[in-house]
Amino acid sequence: MAAVSLLSTRGLTRRFGGLTAVDGVDLDLGTGEIRALIGPNGAGKTTLVGLICGRIAPSAGTIRFEGRDITALPAHARVALGIAYTFQITAIYARLPVYDNVALAVQRRGAADLAAETLAALDRVGLADRAGQTAGTLAYGHQRLLEVAMGLALAPKLLILDEPTQGLADTEIETFKRLVREVARSATVLLIEHNMELVMDLADRITVLNFGEVLAEGTPAEIRADRAVQAAYLGA
Amino acid sequence: MTGHRGAILGLHLGVIGALAALYFVLPAYHVSNLARVMVLSVFAMGYNIAFGYTGLLSLGHALFFASGLYATGSLVQLAGWSAGPGLLAGIAAGALVALAVGLLALRTTGVAFMIVTLMFAQAGYLLILYFGPLTRGDEGYVIDRAARAVAGLDLSDDRTRYFAALALFALALAACLALVRSPTGRVLVAMRENAERSRMLGYDPFRYRLIGLVASGLLAGASGAAYGLMFGYVGATFASIQYSILPLLWVLLGGAGTVLGPFLGTLVMFYLVDLSSSVTTAYLMVVGLALLALVLFARKGLLGSLRERALPWLP
Repeated sequence: MAAVSLLSTRGLTRRFGGLTAVDGVDLDLGTGEIRALIGPNGAGKTTLVGLICGRIAPSAGTIRFEGRDITALPAHARVALGIAYTFQITAIYARLPVYDNVALAVQRRGAADLAAETLAALDRVGLADRAGQTAGTLAYGHQRLLEVAMGLALAPKLLILDEPTQGLADTEIETFKRLVREVARSATVLLIEHNMELVMDLADRITVLNFGEVLAEGTPAEIRADRAVQAAYLGA
Repeated sequence: MTGHRGAILGLHLGVIGALAALYFVLPAYHVSNLARVMVLSVFAMGYNIAFGYTGLLSLGHALFFASGLYATGSLVQLAGWSAGPGLLAGIAAGALVALAVGLLALRTTGVAFMIVTLMFAQAGYLLILYFGPLTRGDEGYVIDRAARAVAGLDLSDDRTRYFAALALFALALAACLALVRSPTGRVLVAMRENAERSRMLGYDPFRYRLIGLVASGLLAGASGAAYGLMFGYVGATFASIQYSILPLLWVLLGGAGTVLGPFLGTLVMFYLVDLSSSVTTAYLMVVGLALLALVLFARKGLLGSLRERALPWLP
């Protein structure tokens, strides 16, 4: 186990009626790593990160963040501790200007100069020149980037990205890759992603979920070589 | 955004200045009407904070208006307080009742919230009737002219009343403008637009909805308290369902989520009723047709549609 564990879950479980979506997951994230969470559709990836960020209450198990038990903490309080979540389905404020979308995140973490820091956060994803535009009128790829910018603007310790590159063009994925590497210098990134090429390229470690359980965990090379993973997921 | 600050300031100061000038040109009848519209539009502005900005559709705002009206009325007329402290107590009553209702009702959202606020307001209305010996129920009571002087200003005098109403209106307008342009105002709008997203940006929806509702109740209470002192009458009608629906209609007509919309909506609705009832007894049909036209052609209200089509900077 990593000496500096930012987040650790023990026996984390969530049942929906008769279905156990997440089943006794022990997950440890080290400070500063990029961790990818992969697995077939319905493996429980989104439920697991939902439990971590507090959108879903666990049926059993504990979550510790920086050594503190946060299992019972509501989602908005976890954000204040430094856990940011970006939605799988783009959830920007479509009717508000791009500026306001990011300003909401910037003012939450506290800013001496709201306008300047908001524009700086937009600049990081290359949207500064669109600050005045209504967010809903942005191209789809730009909306995804705005969503990421909102997460980044919170200056989180742990940034959870739920399928961030879904629907992005190849050039946009390159921009995104650069962005995640830059973020990882100051934060830990937990990434749910189906794009295997991207995962193998970007992740320090990979956790594979199957039927709500951790099937395997290791470096990209180890995961690629793992027979169980190949059988369950990679289809090789 | 910081742009258009000059235009925004100019527009709102211009409206206040125009209302001051109107006193000198309008006949007495319309001066009295306009004073009434200004006071009631503070009620509408309060409703707009909850509905237009925070996205809380309440059907119980008559309770907050009546809290201000009855707190001030009872203290001044029945308990012998002077009007100044009575007015402040009325404003506080609006905010406190909104806080108490909010703590319970904000456990719900959407349709359930509408029903719960409606029930609270009905309970308030029935409470006023129940204590009939004190409140004189539907019949109500008159506040003595002598008791209606705030800091030496006799609010039963037409001129004093008009400018007192204008002062309250200007204060409420400035407060609304400051709130909606502040970081807190931005979060209220975020709650209206997408509460779940806002929660994941670290904002507690319950807390911010409560802030919106209390600010809303405070303005409604201020309007009720001032209304009692300025027009000298306190009655249970003001706590009835009608006075929960009226601010909703005023705000919808003028434009939900616009700072000047509530005033414009109150003004237009007031004169729509006034003018049509001088022509026909079926004046509610005229009002109904106007609302139908609104829904068909300007769904975002007068100023909301104007903002959409021509003036995107309108707050």
